[in-house]
Amino acid sequence: MTAVLSVRDLRKSFGGIVAVDGVSFEVNEGEILGIIGPNGSGKSTLFNCILGQLRPSAGEVHLDGRSVTGLRPCDLNRLGVSRTFQLLQIFPQLTARENLILAGQEHRGSMLSRLMGPSDAGLSPSADRMLAFFRLEHVADEPAGGLSYGQQKLLDAAMAFMAGPRLALLDEPAGGVNLTMLASLRERLKAMNLEQGSTFVVIEHNMEFVMALCNRILVLAAGRIIAAGGPAEIRRDPKVIEAYLGH
Amino acid sequence: MRPARRPLMGIALALVFAFLLAAPFGFKPYGIFILSMWAVMTIAAIGLNLTLGYAGQVSLAQAAFVGIGAYITAYLTTRGWPFWSTYLLAGVSCFAIGWLLGYPALRVQHHYLAFVTLAFNTLIYLIFRNEEWLTGGIYGISNVPRPDVAGWSMNGPRQFYYFCLAHLALVSLATWWLIRSPWGRAFVALRENPVRALSLGVDTRRYTLMAFALGAGLGGISGALYAPLVQFVDPTPFALGLSLNLLLMVVVGGSGYFFGPFLGAMVAVLLPEWLRFTEGFYLMGYALLVMALMVLCPAGLLGLLDRLTKPAGKSAEISATRSEAAVQGEGAR
Amino acid sequence: MADILQLLLAGLATGAIYALVAIGFTLLWQTSQTINFAQGEFVMLPAFFVLVGMSYFGLSFWPAVAVGAVVSVVVLGFLFKRLIVDPVIRHGVLPLVIATIGLAIFFKEAVREFYGADAQPFPPVVAAIDVTVFGVALAVQSLVVLAISIVAVAALQLFLNHTLTGRCMQASAQNPTVARLLGIPVERMILYTFLINAALVTLASILITPIYLAKFTNGEWLGLYAFIAAIVGGFNQVRGALVGGLLLGVIDNFAAAYLSSQYRMAIPLLILIVVILVRPQGLLGRVEERTV
Repeated sequence: MTAVLSVRDLRKSFGGIVAVDGVSFEVNEGEILGIIGPNGSGKSTLFNCILGQLRPSAGEVHLDGRSVTGLRPCDLNRLGVSRTFQLLQIFPQLTARENLILAGQEHRGSMLSRLMGPSDAGLSPSADRMLAFFRLEHVADEPAGGLSYGQQKLLDAAMAFMAGPRLALLDEPAGGVNLTMLASLRERLKAMNLEQGSTFVVIEHNMEFVMALCNRILVLAAGRIIAAGGPAEIRRDPKVIEAYLGH
Repeated sequence: MRPARRPLMGIALALVFAFLLAAPFGFKPYGIFILSMWAVMTIAAIGLNLTLGYAGQVSLAQAAFVGIGAYITAYLTTRGWPFWSTYLLAGVSCFAIGWLLGYPALRVQHHYLAFVTLAFNTLIYLIFRNEEWLTGGIYGISNVPRPDVAGWSMNGPRQFYYFCLAHLALVSLATWWLIRSPWGRAFVALRENPVRALSLGVDTRRYTLMAFALGAGLGGISGALYAPLVQFVDPTPFALGLSLNLLLMVVVGGSGYFFGPFLGAMVAVLLPEWLRFTEGFYLMGYALLVMALMVLCPAGLLGLLDRLTKPAGKSAEISATRSEAAVQGEGAR
Repeated sequence: MADILQLLLAGLATGAIYALVAIGFTLLWQTSQTINFAQGEFVMLPAFFVLVGMSYFGLSFWPAVAVGAVVSVVVLGFLFKRLIVDPVIRHGVLPLVIATIGLAIFFKEAVREFYGADAQPFPPVVAAIDVTVFGVALAVQSLVVLAISIVAVAALQLFLNHTLTGRCMQASAQNPTVARLLGIPVERMILYTFLINAALVTLASILITPIYLAKFTNGEWLGLYAFIAAIVGGFNQVRGALVGGLLLGVIDNFAAAYLSSQYRMAIPLLILIVVILVRPQGLLGRVEERTV
């Protein structure tokens, strides 16, 4: 069975600095894969190379067996890959519902139908469903910039799922979220994974979050994978402990 | 739009509309001419607002598109073509030229686009000035006729004013529809955060190109109305100065606000006229006012209004989120 | 052959002047994200300060130049920064662009209104004589202009690269946050950039006005040439502005001589378009990589 996502020998250097140094891994359907590692280990750069924000210096990325290396982010998105960013990036001027409609509108119809058709591209019902799923219905008509940080994080995640992606890459979804929201976020992500049957790759710093959410974990340090396995194994791996403590 | 502001906006709009309809009866022919010019320039400014205010692209070529529209109309109507055909041709040609220009030009970053469009504008101006066989060179094309609409002549200043006003209304409706549609949402996205927009599947390149080409098309339509308004078309009005002036209109009115171009055109067209009593100093006074405006309310007049009427908490939070994101963006790089 | 050499020299001379203006323009952009649409008018103005000094205050040429230079640096450097750039730049580049457009109009109209619309002669730095080198008559004026410009640019490069202040200025331009952390007074460094730009445009004004006469409309095309020189050379490199200016001056001169004068302007514009589309970082510039 082909993996949903297959990364082979990915390398990215900026001048003399090698941020990602020959990373290879596969993600299988329905998995939640976690990627952890100390600061500066190249996790976000890895995402950016997979998702088209950066061009990899070498290596390949395959989605369901077909090569998608270096495709533009919007093309990749239309193939069913979505992402969130480490720095929260919602659209503060649009309402929460409008943010979600935006996230979904490019996946329906054509440019022309979007011009001639209804203002919400027929997405209000799905947007409302998504808002309900993430328990944000009460702020649906608020400008997103006015929501609390935790609510914005949930909205950001919701936007990634609006188009029913095959593969969702989440970059530090728990970053800066308070403890009460964390459990809720983790539970919602787990539920989304089960409901849509989609595959996740999650970068995170929060150990507890990652261990509880992910089926499998990769550990990145200095641009290379130093360990891979289930949560329990990783926790005990001496290389991992050294990588974190050594910094 | 804040629900509480809607009735107020509605009343203000109705008043303005009534004034615009009644205005010609209180003004001399020159005054009516200036009002018509305001309407025509607003159409060009609405086009530039699409490109700049909504899609975030700085274009200094708008004057060239107005000129192309004006010359097409002048050239053809003085040779007997009916106005409607030249009007459509002007709009469509400028849309096409905008698309062709934008295709390579939009691959470069903002400030480079400004320079490419600046160069384009100046080149077009040179062609207008030098190709006498086509444009009449510095002598221009005169006696541009005004159209007939269903048998009614638009010759008189008042009739032509209503004609321009009607076109402005049509353009406004079409633009309002565009902004309300998913395209409008995509424009906001690509202006606010193109990286995020791309990751959501928004084809930023195609939408930017669309906004640019539509802006150009509206410039052409503005030109198509300019020609019969002034009834004489020569190269001088379409030099870089007009592009800068249109840019000024959009920013002063409030870039990205729907009514921004209307206000901006009012400032740029009407203010110098009102300042004429200062004789030779009127342009200096105008320039000083513009600079003061940028120092005091750089978000434009409508931006200032927004800031004054918005509840303090909300706007502070929104701008805080934005500046936070901007700072973090810097740090992450 | 003699013609070509003369054209080349003249082109290099005017090109060197464009380079001075382009360097100032590039410095402003690099250090404070200021795109100065009034840069052309900045070059037009100092000559008029000198003329005012001569005709209204009865000064002879060199004292007038000294006074004019001081006034220019204060107005176009210090006042420009404090009154216009500082309040507006916080809100982004575009409002500042509009403000400088307004400033350009203001200067242009002020000169037209207070001095006059006619073109005024301006005394050259040296008399318009020729010197014969290897049997070719070369204009001394062009040689002197070229020499002065080269000295100015060399001095600037020395200052920027080999003095503490100069290196602090470069640091402030490359990374203001870190520069501040290191204790560099970034604000003052930026002020110095504005003062340097004012000095450069003043020098350019003294050198170019004798050739094209003092006219209130000079700014329009001077500014355009400065932008083109800066972009073609590479907007983020001072060396690039120098190369761009020289290249532009030579090409422009040859185009005027051998091509139709009506389309003289078209050549630099076409070069600009081609360079931006094919190699937007300019001939010497570094690529600005866009990352997340």
